[in-house]
Amino acid sequence: MSKQKLVIIGNGMVGHRFIEDFVEKADLDKFEITAFCEEPRVAYDRVHLSSYFSHHTADELSLVKEGFYEKHNINVLIGERALTINRQEKVIHSQTGRAVYYDKLVMATGSYPWVPDIKGNESKDCFVYRTIEDLNAIEATARRSKNGVVVGGGLLGLEAAGALKALGVETHVIEFAPVLMAEQLDQQGGQMLRRKIESIGVNVHTGKNTKEIIVGGEKSRNTMKFADGSELEVDFIVFSTGIRPQDKLAKQCGLATARRGGISINNQCETSDPDIYAIGECASWNEKFFGLVAPGYNMAKVAVDNILGRDNEFSGADMSAKLKLLGVDVGSIGDANGRTPDCKSYVYLDENSSVYKRIIVSQDGKRLLGAVLVGDTESYSDLLQYTLNDIELPKHPDSLILPAHAGAKTGGLGVDALPETAQVCSCFDVKKSDIADAVAAGHTTIGAVKMETGAGTGCGGCVPLITQVLNAELAKQGVEVKNHLCEHFEYSRQELFHLIRIEGIKTFKELLEKYGKGYGCEVCKPTVGSILASCWSDYILSSDNNGLQDTNDIFLGNMQKDGTYSVIPRMAGGEVTPKGLAAVAKVAEQYELYTKITGAQRIGLFGAHKSDLPDIWSQLIEAGFETGQAYAKALRMVKTCVGSTWCRFGVQDSVGLGVELENRYKGLRTPHKMKFGVSGCTRECAEAQGKDVGIIATDSGWNLYVCGNGGMKPQHAELLASDLDKQTLVKYLDRFMMFYVRTADKLTRTSVWLQNLSGGIDYLKEVIVDNKLGINEQLEKEMAQSIADYQCEWTATLSDQEQLQRFAHFINSDQQDDNVVFTPEREQKRPAFIEEKAPTYNISLEEV
Amino acid sequence: MSSWIKVCELKNIYPATGVCALVDGKQVAVFRPSDEEQVYAINNMDPFARANVLSRGLICQHQEQLWVASPLKKQRFNLLDGSCLENSEVSVEAYKARVSDGFVEVHL
Ligand SMILES: Cc1cc2nc3c(=O)[nH]c(=O)nc-3n(C[C@H](O)[C@H](O)[C@H](O)COP(=O)(O)OP(=O)(O)OC[C@H]3O[C@@H](n4cnc5c(N)ncnc54)[C@H](O)[C@@H]3O)c2cc1C
Ligand code: SF4
Repeated sequence: MSKQKLVIIGNGMVGHRFIEDFVEKADLDKFEITAFCEEPRVAYDRVHLSSYFSHHTADELSLVKEGFYEKHNINVLIGERALTINRQEKVIHSQTGRAVYYDKLVMATGSYPWVPDIKGNESKDCFVYRTIEDLNAIEATARRSKNGVVVGGGLLGLEAAGALKALGVETHVIEFAPVLMAEQLDQQGGQMLRRKIESIGVNVHTGKNTKEIIVGGEKSRNTMKFADGSELEVDFIVFSTGIRPQDKLAKQCGLATARRGGISINNQCETSDPDIYAIGECASWNEKFFGLVAPGYNMAKVAVDNILGRDNEFSGADMSAKLKLLGVDVGSIGDANGRTPDCKSYVYLDENSSVYKRIIVSQDGKRLLGAVLVGDTESYSDLLQYTLNDIELPKHPDSLILPAHAGAKTGGLGVDALPETAQVCSCFDVKKSDIADAVAAGHTTIGAVKMETGAGTGCGGCVPLITQVLNAELAKQGVEVKNHLCEHFEYSRQELFHLIRIEGIKTFKELLEKYGKGYGCEVCKPTVGSILASCWSDYILSSDNNGLQDTNDIFLGNMQKDGTYSVIPRMAGGEVTPKGLAAVAKVAEQYELYTKITGAQRIGLFGAHKSDLPDIWSQLIEAGFETGQAYAKALRMVKTCVGSTWCRFGVQDSVGLGVELENRYKGLRTPHKMKFGVSGCTRECAEAQGKDVGIIATDSGWNLYVCGNGGMKPQHAELLASDLDKQTLVKYLDRFMMFYVRTADKLTRTSVWLQNLSGGIDYLKEVIVDNKLGINEQLEKEMAQSIADYQCEWTATLSDQEQLQRFAHFINSDQQDDNVVFTPEREQKRPAFIEEKAPTYNISLEEV
Repeated sequence: MSSWIKVCELKNIYPATGVCALVDGKQVAVFRPSDEEQVYAINNMDPFARANVLSRGLICQHQEQLWVASPLKKQRFNLLDGSCLENSEVSVEAYKARVSDGFVEVHL
């Protein structure tokens, strides 16, 4: 039997989803699969397209797991557009002249941005916002522009406006209708949104009908002319005036199309030709097309099932949405404009904090029909569940949108009220019962549940709800969610931190007596030691806490594989004077230390005997150095580029800032080691976005990125705030550092900490920038104290005779460890391998 | 051959830490888990890394017994019998140790 030929036109979000689903369900030996992919790369996550501006890697957006198509023998024709379909011969021709025959054809051609017929709209300063190529072009133009305008104040338009703002140009939004987001919001909601957006510096012009764009202007490259006679000068224009289904091919081959555009499909997603399916934004069902990804994913499933002879029908889609546009929370559910006959509304308006909420309920007050939320979308998922699952409203429906202080019932709907069939993830159609099953099967973390069910891996909007379901299920099964430090403390690091601080606990013993049990271990001792050091800035060697520290912290050096130590003096920002270099060279020569530049822009000396450390350090301190804390869970260093002082591209003094920050935060004990980076311009030579704290100079200040990581699990840092002056930057950093010190679990780098912080970067912004928890003053005070208490640990040690005694290798002899043996290599030395050591030593080893 | 060898004064070992002593040509790690007069002695060499470092490890309690975690890769060795918690095939020599008249003594 020859294989059935299955062809997919379009490798966007839905086309790819179709293939994934097909691979999972079908016997692939029976099919030969080909996909046309017009864009220069395979499917990527268009929903998160705007994030491309912050990370600039197409890979990050890709939806296709490496090797997926190859593994399943799927032939994807990248960069190839299907040009014609011949339905009699069942053959498709592409723009390269290739002919591909099909038995079944699936059209997933998406939609295209529609641009109104305005004179001048074909200028090279006009753009649309749909593909990675569009974004590249917009960014390149923004770089040489002062201002930009987005035509279209809908959902996508505002997202584009957010992107322009982030690119640093003065941003305008032009809307034809009298309000923003007329599709999703009512008039009052639109007005509230407008006020909020204007307050962050975006200029909004509503009720404007663009007539013409002409080249030239007094201050900018182009001038827009409006029907009311007014004008606006702008450098470039992004059109976001709606989308139209891409049905050109369907028309060419004579398939039925809908009046308002789109390839007509039935409930099985079949077009007027039973061998051709259409799915995603190009399809029109009951004269409606859907500009969201979730309905497209549903269609993909339906089409797969029907091709494989299984029953499944498409039954429409919910168009509710919750988003953050230009930093404003917006939610829209169902009949947001209250168009259902005889419906009634409840409205809550708080002009003081710019919050507007409206719910639309049925005449009998028992069913929720729709909702509009601006400024506060906390109740979104509860409200959505009321409409999706037709749950009866409480007696006073307004309690759902009132704030707690006005008598709202707290706790919300609660996941227990949801029926088992409730859909919690609409992108992947995952039900509450699916999550319960996954938990029962042993997937007990949010990450595991996401992997198992796919829930929360689309738009991500449902993650809080999944977490609730997960926790409720765990509680039901009697599973406790534990993050106890170890067997000696039934508390998390964060809880212990608060106990230590609140009760003023100064020693491990005291803490163990009050809150722990047993003797302690290699996990709790250093963790508590680090908390004590961050809380009380006590000299890390104080004898009470001696037994708590890892060897690195006790002997103030990083232990190497042979038991010797490294010596790394601080060279803040990577600066070192020739005189300093000479001093380093001198001790390195005297003690025959292996010398290299470390990955952290400073010089490391390796192979020092423990007993030589005090002498080595006293010479270095004499020469003006201090400890680099390379041994500690603390700020290691601030990597800097040369910056504006020397570099011809630099816009700010990155070295100056780096030196200042390194000196500010040195010595502070943190849950894990920390690295900073500062770049003097967007070329980012310091690779700051791979650091726990990354700072990049802009024309008007500094952009602050946090929680990046190089090393084992590279992670791009996320933007916390932009265009900060130095004072604000330092203030935010003080808060950020202390908040991390306070709340992170043991040995957790900032990147992992952020991943586990529910609410992620948005929550962090609320804490650090908006003072959501009201603790910022406290955090700043704690940081000020820690800075005031700083001392160089080596200087302190050298003046303490008792401590110095402990550096001898033997307590009862002056000899050095004869098992430390070196072998020459590249004009320096390295630890000898076992077989290179003296034979006598080998023999005695056998006894061990 | 059975004799107790004086190593140092007890007060020279900070509570909850260890030191290394040279006893009869052997490197011996001596631990003092608390401020009481209880001491332990095992060989100082980490058998995995073959480096003389165990005296610089953290003293810890697991399964109701005391161990030292190697400062290099954190394998744990029992202070009483030298057995390794991670790998029952591996162990280090353990020695008798006591405090007498304020002095720490080891018996090889
Ligand atoms: C900036 C932005 C933000 C968005 N935000 C959201 C959101 O928050 N939530 C949400 O639900 N949706 C959002 N969307 C919409 C979402 O991206 C779309 O619903 C989804 O991409 C539709 O998938 P699709 O496969 O139907 O179309 P597409 O992803 O557009 O894929 C169609 C593909 O087919 C290709 N193609 C077309 N014709 C041919 C041909 N003849 N031959 C070969 N290939 C062809 C196209 O080049 C394209 O790559 C957003 C869209 C954008 C642009
Ligand atoms: S980041 Fe900018 S300022 Fe710094 S070295 Fe590179 S180009 Fe120069």
